[in-house]
Amino acid sequence: MRRFALIALPYAWLLALFLVPFLIVVKISLSDVALSIPPYFPQFSWEEGIGAFLAELDFENFVFLTQDSLYWKAYLSSLFIALVSTALTLMIGYPVAYGMARAPEEWRPTLMMLIILPFWTSFLIRVYAWMGILSQEGFLNQFLLWTGIISTPLTILNTNTAVYIGIVYTYLPFMVLPIYAALDRLDGSLIEAAEDLGCSRLSAFWLVTVPMSRNGIIAGCFLVFIPALGEFVIPSLLGGSGTLMIGKVLWEEFFSNRDWPVASAVAVVLLLILIIPIVLFQRNQQRASEADQ
Amino acid sequence: MNSTVFAPWEDPEQKPLIRFQNVTKKFGSFTAIDNLSLDIYEREFFALLGPSGCGKTTMMRMLAGFENPTSGQIELSGRNIVPVPPNKRAVNMMFQSYALFPHLTIWENIAFGLKREGKDKETIATRVHEMLRLTRLERFAKRKPHQISGGQRQRVALARSLAKAPTLLLLDEPLGALDAKLRQDTQFELMDIQEKTGTTFVIVTHDQEEAMTVASRVAVMDEGKLMQVATPDRIYETPNSVYVADFIGDVNIIEGRARFLEEGQYEIDWAEGQQALHAATSAKFDNGQTCYMAIRPEKITITADKPEAADNCVQGKIHDIAYLGNLSTYHVELPNGTIIKAQTANTRRIARRSFTWEDQVWLSWTATAGVMLAR
Repeated sequence: MRRFALIALPYAWLLALFLVPFLIVVKISLSDVALSIPPYFPQFSWEEGIGAFLAELDFENFVFLTQDSLYWKAYLSSLFIALVSTALTLMIGYPVAYGMARAPEEWRPTLMMLIILPFWTSFLIRVYAWMGILSQEGFLNQFLLWTGIISTPLTILNTNTAVYIGIVYTYLPFMVLPIYAALDRLDGSLIEAAEDLGCSRLSAFWLVTVPMSRNGIIAGCFLVFIPALGEFVIPSLLGGSGTLMIGKVLWEEFFSNRDWPVASAVAVVLLLILIIPIVLFQRNQQRASEADQ
Repeated sequence: MNSTVFAPWEDPEQKPLIRFQNVTKKFGSFTAIDNLSLDIYEREFFALLGPSGCGKTTMMRMLAGFENPTSGQIELSGRNIVPVPPNKRAVNMMFQSYALFPHLTIWENIAFGLKREGKDKETIATRVHEMLRLTRLERFAKRKPHQISGGQRQRVALARSLAKAPTLLLLDEPLGALDAKLRQDTQFELMDIQEKTGTTFVIVTHDQEEAMTVASRVAVMDEGKLMQVATPDRIYETPNSVYVADFIGDVNIIEGRARFLEEGQYEIDWAEGQQALHAATSAKFDNGQTCYMAIRPEKITITADKPEAADNCVQGKIHDIAYLGNLSTYHVELPNGTIIKAQTANTRRIARRSFTWEDQVWLSWTATAGVMLAR
């Protein structure tokens, strides 16, 4: 009974704060088009019953998504940006994790701390800080002008480059930590065995270290890809008008256009797209824990 | 000396396969290997034996190329190998943890080294199959390392390290993870494989029985130095120091003062009111020099009556009996409190045992049974 209570609490929490709001969003997405605030038609009434209510729901908002190229372009662009930033994060995160795992034992807690340290400051503030760094008069441009590498300031803020920088910076710990965990557990004698059997340092890395940290790489990639796909704050603060991401479209649909039914449809489709990598991620985690046993 | 006996170390004509020349290895201020020189010959099964921290693993890692000596040189087939990286040495190593690649199958594990050599597929397949047969692993070729038993993993590690037909195979505590019974069987298997392949084996172990069983020669190490390098029987029968005598097997050490009797014969005064011990030795001792008598328990006869015409003979009472099944070790307390261990084979059933606790018994041994040591 106590165990049931223990499980029931988080599930009740999820039910109230995730499932119920989600069902409301689904309902709105199936309602009639209306540029107004709730309630939307159809409304459930006890006199007409559930059957009449369901019959009134339709997919017109979803059909609309396919008619306006803005939406599928935004989805594709989000996918592209998320993929590229995941690859960039991996390229930067793997050497960081490798260096941490190879560092002397007494240094590791400090290095770990440095990776986690940014979380102590609000995410929003850190993104604003990047605006200060990347803008025309920002620190980066001032520094580059001072060193004489450039003569006119670079335009970085409000471009896709700034979005990539923001995403890579924000999600780097999510890439580093799982890879570090995998590399930390790697038995050093495996590398020695590979070298003993004729591998150079580099081929031992590709043939042993990388495959052995595979689960960490996959976990890290999903942990970056999934939130990056629906990212809203970074593209709207660092990105420009040309930056097309579905998270931003969603926000504009809700708060600028006030077209809640279409916005809800966008959100539902985004969730459906996200379910695929989430399921794959879960599978990878499960397989990793099975391999450990 | 009979020429058919394998003893290249006796032959000054033979060139050693491995030659350590004044090798010193320091880790910071700690000296792991202290100015050590050693020759190992082709086709030898050479054991490095010692307690943990004696430097035996460092010796092996220097042979594999994972550590470089601080000074001195290591030759393999007459060539200094110190500057050669591990992947360029004709030396393979079987790791204590086996270090099998968990993401590869048994077959791929064994083929790993061959593939790095860039051999063609057919050669690799033939060689891997040969190795699988040698180690009786054919049935497990497609499994992953975590799907087989500890003993099988040990054989995979051996097959993998032998696959490239190295000039020298290093075995780091190869049987440490196996249980006692399996370990014994595997020791004989190792010897068989060593004979079949004709590879030179260097094994690191802290298990003296293992070293004695498998090795053609044993090097007993302590604190980065070689204490004695000899065949197992010589290490056991004629240790050169108390340390070696004590490290290998069970031994009674009796401290005393030497007194010259005649050429090769000494008396040892070892305790007030006890008859001096009589020992034969080819070593020279000064009169009054401190010396140690090392005598193995199984070389001491235990009797109820005083034996006639024994070189050495002491009386005491049985303090303790260790029953080992096939053997019994009697701990006999002498009047002055010294405990001497004597071992007898249990040829009769335990109920018919001649002695029991508190019995007065006589211990006797011949002058040549023990070894007289200066240190």
